[in-house]
Amino acid sequence: MRFINWFRFSSPQSFYPLAAKMIPLFAGLAVIFGAAGLYISFFVAPTDAQQGEAYRIIFVHVPASWLSMFLYVIMAFWAGVGVSLNTRLAGMVASAIAPTGAMFAFLSLWTGSLWGKPMWGTWWVWDARLTSELILFFLYLGFIALQSAIDDARRADRAGAILALVGVINIPIIYFSVKWWNTLHQGASVSLTRAPSMAKTMLVGMLLMALAFWMYSIAVSLARARAIILERERHAVWVEELPELKR
Amino acid sequence: MTWNSTADFFAMGGYALYVWGSFGIAAILITAELLIVRARRVAALLELRREIVARRGENR
Repeated sequence: MRFINWFRFSSPQSFYPLAAKMIPLFAGLAVIFGAAGLYISFFVAPTDAQQGEAYRIIFVHVPASWLSMFLYVIMAFWAGVGVSLNTRLAGMVASAIAPTGAMFAFLSLWTGSLWGKPMWGTWWVWDARLTSELILFFLYLGFIALQSAIDDARRADRAGAILALVGVINIPIIYFSVKWWNTLHQGASVSLTRAPSMAKTMLVGMLLMALAFWMYSIAVSLARARAIILERERHAVWVEELPELKR
Repeated sequence: MTWNSTADFFAMGGYALYVWGSFGIAAILITAELLIVRARRVAALLELRREIVARRGENR
């Protein structure tokens, strides 16, 4: 087995070109999964017996909600790595993930509201699931605001990491809220312990859309991380010698 | 196939506002995010070029 020095990729200098190679791959996968997912969402999945066509909102809503929680955990993980191992790149990756996570949290709330109006008769209720997802959105916004309020990038990373790590407590609260409290929001549609409570085509559509969002998140976070590297490493010699700066 | 016509498809069984409002905002947000990230990179490169030119001027 060949020895791979993984720490080599933990420097911004080697991560920058590596990310450039990975972006088209993940963007391509996002387009493929997205096209398949949309096709199933609109042309294969049957009309729901109770909810009519309005249920098709779940093809955006459920994947967006999953990603909003998943990205938060990944962001907090990298923020924690940045603080504990004192690596610059980990903090940059955490900052690169935050806006995408916030976008999916907003999308989850927005689509949930559009589903709630025709189905529950209200745009919003202060239900445990909805409220904890709103808190997640505010945690993302707080993380972004806190980081942009501190001029020194390393200090901003540390402050952000503390906020992100404390906020992780909210993730199991969102996930289990439908079990712990008597919520208006329905229980989990997909569970690891029992058979899914929906038609197979609906499940496949949802999973494909989730994969599309996941691949998109990776691609866009890598692109944002590259921009952040350019901003923060602007005094490094290797940045100055980048081909995109030669004219 | 669930749909009898294109109009039928866009009507979404009377839930057009809610269904297209959801998929539409997703498309808008994703497009906006891609444009914002693109702009951030362009701005960072512009700033770098400016700094490099300024530094060369100092060294002369």
